[in-house]
Amino acid sequence: MVEQVTQTAFMQENAILDLIDGMASQLKRQLQQNGISEAAMIGIHTGGVWIAEKLHEKLQLAEPLGTLNISFYRDDFSRIGINPKVHPSNIPFEVEDKHIILVDDVLQTGRTIRAAMNEIFDFGRPASIIYATLIEKDGRELPIQASVVGLKPMLKQNDYLTLKGPSPLSLVIGRKLSGGDSEA
Amino acid sequence: MMYRDHQLTEDGKLKHFLSIEGLNKTLLTEILDLAESFTSLADHGRAVKKVPLLRGKTITNLFFENSTRTRTTFELAAKRLSADVLNLNISTSATSKGESLLDTLRNLEAMHCDMFVVRHASSGAAHFIANHCAPHISVINAGDGSHSHPTQAMLDMLTIRQHKSDFTPLRVAIVGDILHSRVARSQILALNTLGVTEVRVIAPRTLLPYDARSLGVHVFTDLHEGIEDVDVIIMLRLQKERMTGALLPSEHEYFNLYGLTEDKLHLAKPDVIVMHPGPINRGVEMDSAVADGKHSVILEQVSNGIAIRMAVMSICLGSRPEHQRREETA
Amino acid sequence: MSSTNQSISIINGRLIDPANQIDDMLDLHISQGHILAIGEKPSGFEAEKLIDATGRIICPGLIDLSARLREPGFEPKGTIASETRAAAYSGITTLVTLPDTNPVIDTPAVMELIRRRAKQSAHARVLCLGALTKNLNGKELSEMAALQNAGCVAVTNAGKPLGNTLIERRALEYASTFGIKVFIKPEDRHLRNDGCVHEGIISSRLGLPGYPEAAETVAVARDIALAEATGAHIHFQCISTAKSVNKINRACHDGINLTVDVAAHQLHLTEMDADDFNTLCHVDPPFRTLRDREALRQAVATGSIQAICSDHQPHEPDAKDHPFPDSETGISALETLLPLTLKLVDEKVLDLPTAIARLTIGPATIANLPFGRLDQGRTADVCIFDPDSHWQLNANEMISHGRNTPFANWEFRGKVTQTLFEGRITYDLDTQHERQ
Repeated sequence: MVEQVTQTAFMQENAILDLIDGMASQLKRQLQQNGISEAAMIGIHTGGVWIAEKLHEKLQLAEPLGTLNISFYRDDFSRIGINPKVHPSNIPFEVEDKHIILVDDVLQTGRTIRAAMNEIFDFGRPASIIYATLIEKDGRELPIQASVVGLKPMLKQNDYLTLKGPSPLSLVIGRKLSGGDSEA
Repeated sequence: MMYRDHQLTEDGKLKHFLSIEGLNKTLLTEILDLAESFTSLADHGRAVKKVPLLRGKTITNLFFENSTRTRTTFELAAKRLSADVLNLNISTSATSKGESLLDTLRNLEAMHCDMFVVRHASSGAAHFIANHCAPHISVINAGDGSHSHPTQAMLDMLTIRQHKSDFTPLRVAIVGDILHSRVARSQILALNTLGVTEVRVIAPRTLLPYDARSLGVHVFTDLHEGIEDVDVIIMLRLQKERMTGALLPSEHEYFNLYGLTEDKLHLAKPDVIVMHPGPINRGVEMDSAVADGKHSVILEQVSNGIAIRMAVMSICLGSRPEHQRREETA
Repeated sequence: MSSTNQSISIINGRLIDPANQIDDMLDLHISQGHILAIGEKPSGFEAEKLIDATGRIICPGLIDLSARLREPGFEPKGTIASETRAAAYSGITTLVTLPDTNPVIDTPAVMELIRRRAKQSAHARVLCLGALTKNLNGKELSEMAALQNAGCVAVTNAGKPLGNTLIERRALEYASTFGIKVFIKPEDRHLRNDGCVHEGIISSRLGLPGYPEAAETVAVARDIALAEATGAHIHFQCISTAKSVNKINRACHDGINLTVDVAAHQLHLTEMDADDFNTLCHVDPPFRTLRDREALRQAVATGSIQAICSDHQPHEPDAKDHPFPDSETGISALETLLPLTLKLVDEKVLDLPTAIARLTIGPATIANLPFGRLDQGRTADVCIFDPDSHWQLNANEMISHGRNTPFANWEFRGKVTQTLFEGRITYDLDTQHERQ
């Protein structure tokens, strides 16, 4: 459990929606570049789902939005146990051979995406995965990269960003007491 | 209270699951919530119906009492969590040759196991094993004598919650051999902890424990009176030995007096649900019309059983404090 | 090291001898293993050894009517040497042991073996209860007359069932032919079924097989009726229920010859103590309810129960290391016999002289023994204890081979400082001296 000593507002909803607009444009370009005509979207609970809902609408995707809860795929189960309140994952389309857009709110260590990809592959074999994140931070611990990034803010090492929502959306900075478990 | 000290770590996390006794409503609700999320694993188009949560862990089924049904659900639960499973039917091996329970345990510990799922004919056996096994091992009670069968009680609670959402206003009747039933004892504890309005037991005097009221129930010996206006009826299985032990004259008379039929069901609430831990003795505890009827939720109990066991295994194996962990992978 | 011939004076102590209704500051003088004088020392007598009993109580050496020494046959649990040593440490000078050894005490030969062993270690007197039936099989009578001749105190079937009531009647009649008392642990084994805790709220909650009150009271009623019919003298051992005490009282009132004892642990613990599946509380008969305990205490205070015994049953650690119903019953109880009895005095259940009576003249009268009293000329079995010494029972430091006691870490007030057996000091706290 990470102790937040201070929480300061970083960005309000209007600015976040602007970022999401930018992400949508980037995604459209990316899909075109890769020659993908049809893609399905999966958001990662909880913040990634809020972002994905907005993106899904903007991109007018045919398939309904999938949601992923990576709790059962985390690599830190032995250390921190399990959170009982788990919204189950729900992928209402066939994953096999699909082009997937995977959406999350914050990318830092890359462990969440590692878990998410493992879980997606338990549903089927996708044709490709494009990863879009609202916020990218330094501090990668695994070789993971995002194709689409909303913002890469300058932050101090012990600061971390949390997306609050679903309505209104806002980003807040917290400062850790000491180096704790890494988040995203 | 002993059970609370036994089952929980210093920071109140569930390490062993031995008995409902000593666990509070929050913890029980957590188990139900987690199990609920595991029930969805069976659907939603998963090609692989497993999650890697307990990958690398070894779970040993230590069944001193035979039970294919329960053992299979525990095995399925463990495998759905990607754990490795060892099955040991001790009734056919070592201890029948005279090896003491403790020696059996020591030998097993040498095999680097993370969890024992134990079923034993003696009340208190699961506590005994939890007391004596190596500190990093979690123990789940799959039934000890007439004392406790906590996972069964929890799957019953999950089933009730799926149909009734709120426990508070419920009246629940448990019918049958309460005296010998570890299932009933655990159910009574769970229902009372979750805050139901009333728990009733219904049985002839020979099948009631001494001063049954002290368990926190209202006692009935007449089925008609007992199921009046109830929301849930749980029928317990009647063992054949009860006839030879001079506790009951015949299954026939038992069915007449305590067996559930459609017309008797009218006495309960119109949306009453009928439950049974299985396997059902048709024509003894209930007739086929009830077993297969619209009030029966018996089949759901079975699938909930796997989800509950997955939940309990996950919680227990995720609860160990730092200094008790075995070698972790980097 | 003290020899039989050493003359001893015990001075400055408070002498309590209930048999003679003495409770006074009196000295005790011992010579040639016998009591020479009480009070003033005889003129010309100079003791070779002086024991200063300032602040201490001097009383007769304690008599324990039920102590299993495990030898012959069950030596991993204890031996005559180890358990008599524990007895000496605990102020007990006479032990009555039960015949459920291996071989069973159903012949004079086995009695002789035990007598010899006891003499070898010479810590305490060991008397035997002979077997009521051959090999305790409950079917055929043992050679009770021969056992009596060989010195057995009484006969018993050691809690093992008799085949049927006809056999019980005949066994009682035969024993009474020779005036042999029959010690009975009353139990109807069918009603008991496989009960291991009192059939009550604890057994209901824990789902442990219950041992109903009726299993004891039905047996007591049956045995009383047979005693009346046969004229046999019955002593009820280790009684556990209030209802049994009532029945026995009424029968005594009606003139039937009955005596009864209770195990010290039954006067303190109840069914609640087995609540956490603690196998150290797995005893037979089981701990009963608080009401039963109060009735037993009352009966001990008034004398309806004439003696307190230890019901000593030492075990190797494995015996208790099983799930509750599968663990062996019994407590290693010699070392808590006096302490638990003194606790009753602290809790104002009875006064000190009465408490001492239940451990000395009470058991002596039941078993018709010339011990448990400090008359001039009697053998010098003496217990000296410090009634104000506070101490805590440490199971790891117990003298008995058995460490199986639920009283571990209990605090007690009153500790034995010296024990004399036949005029020899068999235990002496002061000089850190114990006879090996």
